[in-house]
Amino acid sequence: MAVKVLLPNAFQKHTNNVKEISSTASNLPELVTDIEGRFPALRQHLRGEDGQIRRFINFYVNEEDIRFLGNEKYAFQEGDEVLVIPSIAGGCS
Amino acid sequence: MTTAYWLRCRECGKTYGHQPLSICDECFSPLEVAYDLEYAKTRFTRETISQGPLNMWRYKALLPVKDSYVPQTPSGLTPLVKAPRLGAQFGAQNLYIKNDAVCMPTLSFKDRVVAVALANAQDFGFDTVGCSSTGNLANAVAAHAARLGLKTYILVPSDLEPAKILNTQVYGATLVRVDGNYDHVNRLSSQIAERYNWGFVNVNLRPYYAEGSKTVGFEIAEQLGWRLPDNVVVPMAGGSLITKIRKAFNELIELGLVEEKPVKFFGAQATGCSPIAKAVKNDTDVIEPQRPSTIARSLAIGNPADGIYASRVIRGTGGWAEDVSDVEIVSAIQELAETEGIFTETAGGVTTAVTARLYAHGRIKADELTVTCITGNGLKTTDCLDGAYDQRQAIRPRLADFETFVEEHNAASQGLSLAGESYGG
Repeated sequence: MAVKVLLPNAFQKHTNNVKEISSTASNLPELVTDIEGRFPALRQHLRGEDGQIRRFINFYVNEEDIRFLGNEKYAFQEGDEVLVIPSIAGGCS
Repeated sequence: MTTAYWLRCRECGKTYGHQPLSICDECFSPLEVAYDLEYAKTRFTRETISQGPLNMWRYKALLPVKDSYVPQTPSGLTPLVKAPRLGAQFGAQNLYIKNDAVCMPTLSFKDRVVAVALANAQDFGFDTVGCSSTGNLANAVAAHAARLGLKTYILVPSDLEPAKILNTQVYGATLVRVDGNYDHVNRLSSQIAERYNWGFVNVNLRPYYAEGSKTVGFEIAEQLGWRLPDNVVVPMAGGSLITKIRKAFNELIELGLVEEKPVKFFGAQATGCSPIAKAVKNDTDVIEPQRPSTIARSLAIGNPADGIYASRVIRGTGGWAEDVSDVEIVSAIQELAETEGIFTETAGGVTTAVTARLYAHGRIKADELTVTCITGNGLKTTDCLDGAYDQRQAIRPRLADFETFVEEHNAASQGLSLAGESYGG
């Protein structure tokens, strides 16, 4: 079982310009661990001083915000496409 | 040459100069524009402003454009009007409306942000600009881009109000309807902005774009005779506007144009999409995303980019946030129109209804100088009033017919009045 993970431009400085990876992680915590294992330089940027993933970083599975799918409890499905988007675009008022 | 402004990370403070970028590559937090306020001191004074053009560009010295920039898009400087009749309904004695329903050229406050964003798009050499929008931004980008000769890609949710779609296409814009809500459109826009070398006003041009909102705050202060109000009530979608009005007030204080004064900031949302109001009520800046379901589609952003900062501004100034139902939104649109002659869109209905509640709950006192921000025009969302008014049969062009009409009208009004007394009792 593998999911495709698309990384944002803002990460590329820390990922040797890698934009896309395939991961066998089964959920979000495993995916973050996988990403940090592949790109150790990214880790200190990905997490705040409290060790948590920074709040501006959003994860989407296919077309949905992972928080609507159960967040850390969501089990990745074969063929899922995971999008990582830091600081989503802004809105109106 | 003096650098008057630059990009800076809102969280870690890293600076980035002047470039089309919205995210810090160190901590992935949003960037904003910072200014050399010492440099601005001689250029941003009451006197220089009063000699400036009669539009938002009179505040150019605190907007992120070069000194040599010659504005092409005269937006802003909308009326600040006293609202005694609406105030009487709310028990308010000192209520003002900042009326961006008549902001030019596309009748919403988005003309302000787009004016600044596209000035920078040109400066960066983009020939194509785009945005994700709930409507008003789409209209503004389309119109301003037409005037500047830029190509456009404008992404909107497919269920947008027909008037907002027409008001985008008429300018020759390339409109892309996306099968999803605004948050879906927004996410797609983030990907597009990374793939194509375009200026996306609310993605890679976002720090510049957002600065345009400050002109609402500058105008309120200047129109009040260079003083700040006690309270401001602001609609919230992405949450940017309320933070930028605060930034404008703070810059005015720092440069000595107004006396320092605590201003309370109040946020308005529709109950069907109220992630920021909910955070405020829970006394947190952690925003839980929502799936929007409201007629106030211009505020229907379930994952607001500036929600954290909006919540901080509101709670940090002693303000509050409220949310109102779709029924209240429509009633408030009618009440504002009937009392003050201002026809606003659904977002303005939200702001008006929330303002009423803030007075009713005692969060705003009757005599406090309060400005409520109307950000869009009612002609864009007439569908929310479908069926609200009966159309009587036409009369013949005869005086007798007209006299009969008046008699019937008076009788009907009296009936309504009696019913009202009965209801009121």
